[in-house]
Amino acid sequence: MKKYVCLVCGYVYDPAVGDPDGGIAAGTPFEDLPDDWVCPVCGASKDQFEEETG
Amino acid sequence: MKDTYEAIKVTDDIYWVGAIDWGIRDFHGYLTGRGTTYNAFVILADTITLIDTVKAPFKQEMLARIASIVNPEDISYIISNHTEMDHSGSLPDVIEAVKPEKVFASMNGVKALADHFHMDREIIGVQDRETVSLGSRNVTFVETKMLHWPDSMFTYLTEEKFLFSSDAFGMHLASSERFADQLDDGILEYEAAKYYANILLPFSPLVTKLLDKVAGLGITINTIAPDHGPIWRKEPTRMLNSYATWAAQEPTNKAVVVYDTMWESTTAMARAIGEGLAAGGTTTRLMPLRSCHRSDVATDILDAGALLVGSPTINNNIFPTVADTLTYLKGLKPQNLIGAAFGSCGWSGEAVKQISDMLAAMKIELIGDGVKVKYVPDSAALAQCYSLGERIAAKLKETCK
Repeated sequence: MKKYVCLVCGYVYDPAVGDPDGGIAAGTPFEDLPDDWVCPVCGASKDQFEEETG
Repeated sequence: MKDTYEAIKVTDDIYWVGAIDWGIRDFHGYLTGRGTTYNAFVILADTITLIDTVKAPFKQEMLARIASIVNPEDISYIISNHTEMDHSGSLPDVIEAVKPEKVFASMNGVKALADHFHMDREIIGVQDRETVSLGSRNVTFVETKMLHWPDSMFTYLTEEKFLFSSDAFGMHLASSERFADQLDDGILEYEAAKYYANILLPFSPLVTKLLDKVAGLGITINTIAPDHGPIWRKEPTRMLNSYATWAAQEPTNKAVVVYDTMWESTTAMARAIGEGLAAGGTTTRLMPLRSCHRSDVATDILDAGALLVGSPTINNNIFPTVADTLTYLKGLKPQNLIGAAFGSCGWSGEAVKQISDMLAAMKIELIGDGVKVKYVPDSAALAQCYSLGERIAAKLKETCK
């Protein structure tokens, strides 16, 4: 599954880990995150994320 | 004996108890040409409260200012709006001296303070828009994540309509005056812009959101007290308006030409480009990097529409000063710029392409492929540079109506 990076703070969403503090189970792809999910580090919204490359 | 340091009255119940750092010029790589202040405040409510502390070497100055109005041990609450050490460096010692009943920080602040000071002391995490009573007064916390650290928050004193805005709306400016209305307007404008450009620019989309959030809270703000520089009591919304403008990053008809040189060839190219830009009606700033600091370049980029970068090639690479400034600017994520690369070289000449690639990675729209010249530019090469300046000027004129 693809990782996504927050363009604001650099946090990487790793689907293998999920976002346990935000109630997101491990194994949840980025696309399946709820629309109101925000970056656990900086609070940026989903549209501030880009697929990690390289 | 009376101490020389005293608290300064801000309102009937709020006192400034910070420190003035007249000498600092290098603030983690930001040239602070006019020094700075570390602002901390005491609220004389039923529950006496200290908002933020100061950089560690200034602890005695702050404690002396506090002691001029209140016994430090009578402080019951400490609120830490921001974990960065210019505001929290004295916190462990102040906790030791004051023995406060409670210490508050944002949820991220609790973690960040733990990672800084490894203290055996409970810090109470507060939620966004949580209100805490100080008896006769109430404070509400407003989370401002990534403005400019994950832990950043504002504290709003409801009864006084007083916003303690942490690192937002401030500037690095040492002065004996505590209020913006006592200071030169041009200096305020410049230093506030420099602060925004160097500290907040990368988070501009969040600044826009925050301003909406503050507007949505429906609160009146009579005074804004940032953690650096003067307090805004007469024009509390002035900085809100400036931040809205800076965050939008609308390009203006202004070009910044940054470069360095080894044998003055890249300088000659920069000068020719500058003449072409100016002839085309663009406000032009040439910034030779062995005379201009990276943080001053950032300030000039804030309202620019074009960034041109010149470097000689040294051992197949960009000249180090140019790489330094480009790396710094890349992190600041300026938006809506057009640009180009140029430079002189002896043989291989990789720098122009390397710069073009970096500009493209910064999402700067490249005008042309860059100008590369062998050794010393002749009149034809200088004409090519002049013409690049004219092209950029024409493009700016078209987009910055």
